[in-house]
Amino acid sequence: MITFMNNSDSEEEPCNERTSLMSAESPPVPSYQDGLQASQAGEAQAHRKRRTGSSRSPNNIADGEMSDSGVPVREGALENEEEELTLKYGAKHVIMLFVPVTLCMIVVVATIKSVRFYTEKNGQLIYTPFTEDTPSVGQRLLNSVLNTIIMISVIVVMTVFLVLLYKYRCYKFIHGWLILSSLMLLFLFTYIYLGEVLKTYNVAMDYPTLFLIIWNFGAVGMICIHWKGPLQLQQAYLIMISALMALVFIKYLPEWSAWVILGAISIYDLMAVLCPKGPLRMLVETAQERNEPIFPALIYSSAMIWTVGMAKPDTAARRSSQQAWDAAEDGRENHRSPSHTDSQMSEARSPVPSRPITSFEELEEEERGVKLGLGDFIFYSVLVGKAAATASGDWNTTLACFVAILIGLCLTLLLLAVFKKALPALPISITFGLIFYFSTDNLVRPFMDTLASHQLYI
Amino acid sequence: AFFWLVSLLLASLVWFVSVRLSDRGDARLQHGLLVFGAAVSVLLQELFRFAYFKLLKKADEGLATISEDGRSPISLRQMAYVSGLSFGIISGIFSVINILADSIGPGTVGIHGDSPYYFITSAFLTMALVLLHTFWGVIFFDACEKRRYGCLGLVVASHLLTSGLTFLNPRYEASLGPIFIITLCTGLWAFVTAGGSFRSLLKCLSCKQEDNSRVMTYSALRVPCED
Repeated sequence: MITFMNNSDSEEEPCNERTSLMSAESPPVPSYQDGLQASQAGEAQAHRKRRTGSSRSPNNIADGEMSDSGVPVREGALENEEEELTLKYGAKHVIMLFVPVTLCMIVVVATIKSVRFYTEKNGQLIYTPFTEDTPSVGQRLLNSVLNTIIMISVIVVMTVFLVLLYKYRCYKFIHGWLILSSLMLLFLFTYIYLGEVLKTYNVAMDYPTLFLIIWNFGAVGMICIHWKGPLQLQQAYLIMISALMALVFIKYLPEWSAWVILGAISIYDLMAVLCPKGPLRMLVETAQERNEPIFPALIYSSAMIWTVGMAKPDTAARRSSQQAWDAAEDGRENHRSPSHTDSQMSEARSPVPSRPITSFEELEEEERGVKLGLGDFIFYSVLVGKAAATASGDWNTTLACFVAILIGLCLTLLLLAVFKKALPALPISITFGLIFYFSTDNLVRPFMDTLASHQLYI
Repeated sequence: AFFWLVSLLLASLVWFVSVRLSDRGDARLQHGLLVFGAAVSVLLQELFRFAYFKLLKKADEGLATISEDGRSPISLRQMAYVSGLSFGIISGIFSVINILADSIGPGTVGIHGDSPYYFITSAFLTMALVLLHTFWGVIFFDACEKRRYGCLGLVVASHLLTSGLTFLNPRYEASLGPIFIITLCTGLWAFVTAGGSFRSLLKCLSCKQEDNSRVMTYSALRVPCED
């Protein structure tokens, strides 16, 4: 148990779920037939978001990573209409995803730039045992590659374990795991974060006030994530825990290992979601067979969905909201799998219909949202945060990575609208981000610095 | 913004390679290479603006075909404005953010004999550059649309001229003044290109309601169509 180690925080290994982008769409055909069924099926499909969580927490083994969830393929006669609707809503959903991703990155970059704690090196996680303080470049490269291999294998093991647990219906175990990890994330990490921020700004706070604040924050967070709560509050909590997780990664991953891990994770994400035998794909297919939503906890959902329904709107709504909250909880848990006790945290990722569902009587268009896994948030923020922490060109590099990630997300959403199935959200963005980071840091920075020193504008 | 970044990347690559291959000690050569790098960057920016125009044109056609009434929801003029604005914003941010970050820290401006007005002139130059990029975007897209290559050449030339004027920089009267004049002229030109006129300006300022009451009545009488 490596929990409260002096040199490393036990981070839960929230499975960095890399969730693939999934558009929550209900199949059009069923909705016209039977409202209840349609809404449920729709939800199940909509919630099929795969998340690939890569547990990065060094101490805790990340709970399986779920790869991106696929969007349920819409079949049916209304394909054209679907396409139009998808494209019509596509731009709105892109913006709806840009905002939380941007917010998460802003929080991470602001913390990195102001709180010194997250850029100091205070040891490493056990998932990256090889140090990078070696004299030769080759040795350092070798160590980082070995670290990456260890981390990725941990993630794969966790994902497979999670898939097995899900297959054999050990839901209670998964739920308990998720609750434990969200507890840890919401209370312990927030406590540490708040402590460091107060230290940086030299603000005194007494323990009773601190206890009150953290207790309220954590309790409301648990309720919001695992039970019911306003959508925006839930989104805010998801953003905050993603930022906290990303900060932990930024602090505890050594430099070169972090970059190699980012690259390897996006390749893994690609394979896990798209290969027929990939664990995430199997998870999604199992969930589809059982017609249930996939782990809701680790997914950020961008919109409310109104189901088209004519029959039994209430039951449908109630059931969906329950599913939604379940999913939300699962998502959270996944992130936080407490690693102390057991490195194998299976994070049950239940599909999360994180949106309350209200059904309307008339056959209105459905407002669909897009779901993005929290693991994606975490890795995007890790990339931008690392750029802010380590680049000597300061803000230019950070901004370039930020733009690159957003463009990658945009392209992924475009592909989502075209292919209509679960897609990994990491590869394109991380590739662009890495390319832009290295090129901006090494090529653009000297150019801009020289121009600025002569006050030249281009 | 992404396109501008890519153009900047390529330009820095060119400059970097040229610096590597050249003699570091020769200051004049380095300055010359910097001028060359800046010119290449300007040309690449305009090239990428053209590439972006082509991309938007294709997207526009796509949007028009799938929309309900055959017209795309965003006009090309709006796209031109947005594209110019985003080029301007990213260019301005990249030019000024490090200066802003440094301006917080402890230090004295111009302690080694440089101009003490560095920060304020940087701010004005950045503002002019952002506005200029916006105007150039509007004019450029319009010129490409109507195939007026003369206008296109003028836009590129004015960009080169502006960048060149900043080379005169510690002599701010020689660089800031003309740049602002260029900004104003380009602004007027873009305003006219976008279809504005003195009359439309007056109409906008006087906040007159448009006289389409008859149309309103008609549409009020119509049965609302179902979406």
